[in-house]
Amino acid sequence: MNAMLTDHYAELLGQVMGYAYPNEVEIQWSILIVIYPYLTGLVAGAFILASLMKIFKVKELQPTYRLALLTALAFLIVAPMPLLMHLAQPLRFYEILVTPNPTSAMAMFGFVYAWYLMAVLLIEIWFEWRHDLITLAQTTPSPLKWVYKVLSLFSTDTSPAALAFDAKAIKFITIVGVPSAFLLHGYVGFIFGSVKANPWWASVLMPIAFLMSAIVSGIALVVVVYMVLQGIRKEPIDMPCVDKITSYLFYAVIVDFTLEALDFIHRLYQSEESVNILGHLITQKLFLSLIVMQILLGMVVPLLILVLAKARNFNEELRKLLYFTAAILILIGIFAMRWNVVIGGQLFSKSFRGLLTYKLEMFGIEGFLIALVVLVLPFPILALLIKLLPSRAVVEHAAPVHA
Amino acid sequence: MNERNCGQGSAEGGESRSLSAQDGQPLPQAAQSMSAGEAYISKRRDFIKGAIMFIPAAGALAAAAAESPKADAPKTETPTAETPRQEYNPAEHLYGMGIQIDRCIGCNRCAVACKAENDVPDEPVFFRTWVERYTILRSGEVSVENISGLRKDPVHDERDVIRTFFVPKLCNHCANPPCVQVCPVRATFTTQDGAVIVDSSRCVGCRYCIQACPYGARYLHPKTNTADKCTFCYHRVVKGLQPACVEVCPTQARIFGDLKSKASRLVRFERMNMISVLKPALNTEPKVHYAQLDGEVR
Repeated sequence: MNAMLTDHYAELLGQVMGYAYPNEVEIQWSILIVIYPYLTGLVAGAFILASLMKIFKVKELQPTYRLALLTALAFLIVAPMPLLMHLAQPLRFYEILVTPNPTSAMAMFGFVYAWYLMAVLLIEIWFEWRHDLITLAQTTPSPLKWVYKVLSLFSTDTSPAALAFDAKAIKFITIVGVPSAFLLHGYVGFIFGSVKANPWWASVLMPIAFLMSAIVSGIALVVVVYMVLQGIRKEPIDMPCVDKITSYLFYAVIVDFTLEALDFIHRLYQSEESVNILGHLITQKLFLSLIVMQILLGMVVPLLILVLAKARNFNEELRKLLYFTAAILILIGIFAMRWNVVIGGQLFSKSFRGLLTYKLEMFGIEGFLIALVVLVLPFPILALLIKLLPSRAVVEHAAPVHA
Repeated sequence: MNERNCGQGSAEGGESRSLSAQDGQPLPQAAQSMSAGEAYISKRRDFIKGAIMFIPAAGALAAAAAESPKADAPKTETPTAETPRQEYNPAEHLYGMGIQIDRCIGCNRCAVACKAENDVPDEPVFFRTWVERYTILRSGEVSVENISGLRKDPVHDERDVIRTFFVPKLCNHCANPPCVQVCPVRATFTTQDGAVIVDSSRCVGCRYCIQACPYGARYLHPKTNTADKCTFCYHRVVKGLQPACVEVCPTQARIFGDLKSKASRLVRFERMNMISVLKPALNTEPKVHYAQLDGEVR
């Protein structure tokens, strides 16, 4: 054992408050496991926002429909990366797909992910962009022309019947897609919620709380991405669209807040064996990330901002600023929520007699810098996707498809 | 060791038995024609002679007793680490451990032996087994330390202490193990004879099992980068040996045995004690059973 590791362990051991089982001193699930549910949450939320428009025919959301789909795809591509990087034996990852344990929630990851990526998102995107891809394959010079040809899978049929079929297919996939998005993120919540050994995680509300927070974060992300994109393009922001999205955001935050509050009150009222240590956990270890970041800055303040923006007749500029601030705060708050679940759940001993410390390293595979790269990586991918797949319909008569 | 002693006994004993048969018979007749003093001396000599003859003869008998079934049925052979038991059938066993709290003196030999036997890293954050010391104070406060990795001993005023005791901890080899349930690749599994073990050639190092274990019995081995835990010293047990921690315990606070065998010491332990398990509400059904377990222990 090298001296650095020995020092590291000694330091961790020195920071244990009270008593912890010795093997618990090293925190096992690091920042990468915080990022993983954050990314899948953004995927699920963005997709659900896109689906709202399709299923409930919310016309105002049209400008963000394609953007939401591309955002979901960009984040979904990156989502398995932190998981893979976190494995202590990453070269054996294929075993999860080849010999999965049917009783393991985690073993289902590969299948849920593959289903969502292959059977839902990619197919929906293909049908949505098919007409555009055909047009682009005809109008752009090579070699890009060939890229579009391949992306369109060499389809050339732009007859009204074919376009009508596209629309039908999209509708069908959306209907399958919404429960799939629920599955993708509800399942991530289940990974934590089903761990009976950990009272901070073990809650039947966990999948639902994860799902609602996913919707909240996904909607907030689309708002931010849309506003920034319009800024980059120097194009006006479609205010009815943003007003509508932020209304949904407001309701989603209310539901999410209610769920979190219910969970909290329930634990406090039931006052089980673990209640004391969880109390210490909140006040001594998670005060900043839970009370300040997640609840105050991530929920209460954005709610107040949104109420203010909706109740008063502010001008567009101020509304934009308020919406943008609220969305950014919500994104930070949901990240804090993931942190509080994943890291918080490991900061107390299962002996309920002590608190532990997580030290986020700067460098190294599980360090801050790598985590930052993984968090930022979806944005260049999104930029590439937007370049390749225009976020506004190329062909005007593609519009009826969205109706 | 036993086997070797028996072998020596048989070589010497065979010879001495033939001597006693030759000399033994005429003795009573000769004794009749002697004086009382001579008879006494002769008797004493006979006794000493008899005693000298008896010891190797007993050795011979013992050797014969040990050897004759050995030839027909190999199952009574005393196994050693070098000679694995023939045809070990896991289905015939179900292992468990009994721990008598009031016998544990906190000498920590079990934890040391375990680290040596199983290549557990030296750092005090990796243990397959460890010993906790509980000190219950008059104020109701409970002070717990892992004496296997103790850095500094907390000092309590003796007058403040109500009771204190040691609790050896290890994997509970649950009949309903959450770690096995959550392992995504089936790298951790329950053997037919009841031990929960990890196949380190399959483990992907996701550490879900470590999270799922309510007893903190697992860790990620820094050399193999796979999950590691107590195996009940499976490599020893299948050879008929005791786990290392049980072997070295000077007070027999740990009792290892086969729950399927009626003659097992573990079954006797179960019969003679009030038994409890750790965290029964989690329904993990541990196979490590404690006697005299205090309610403060978690």
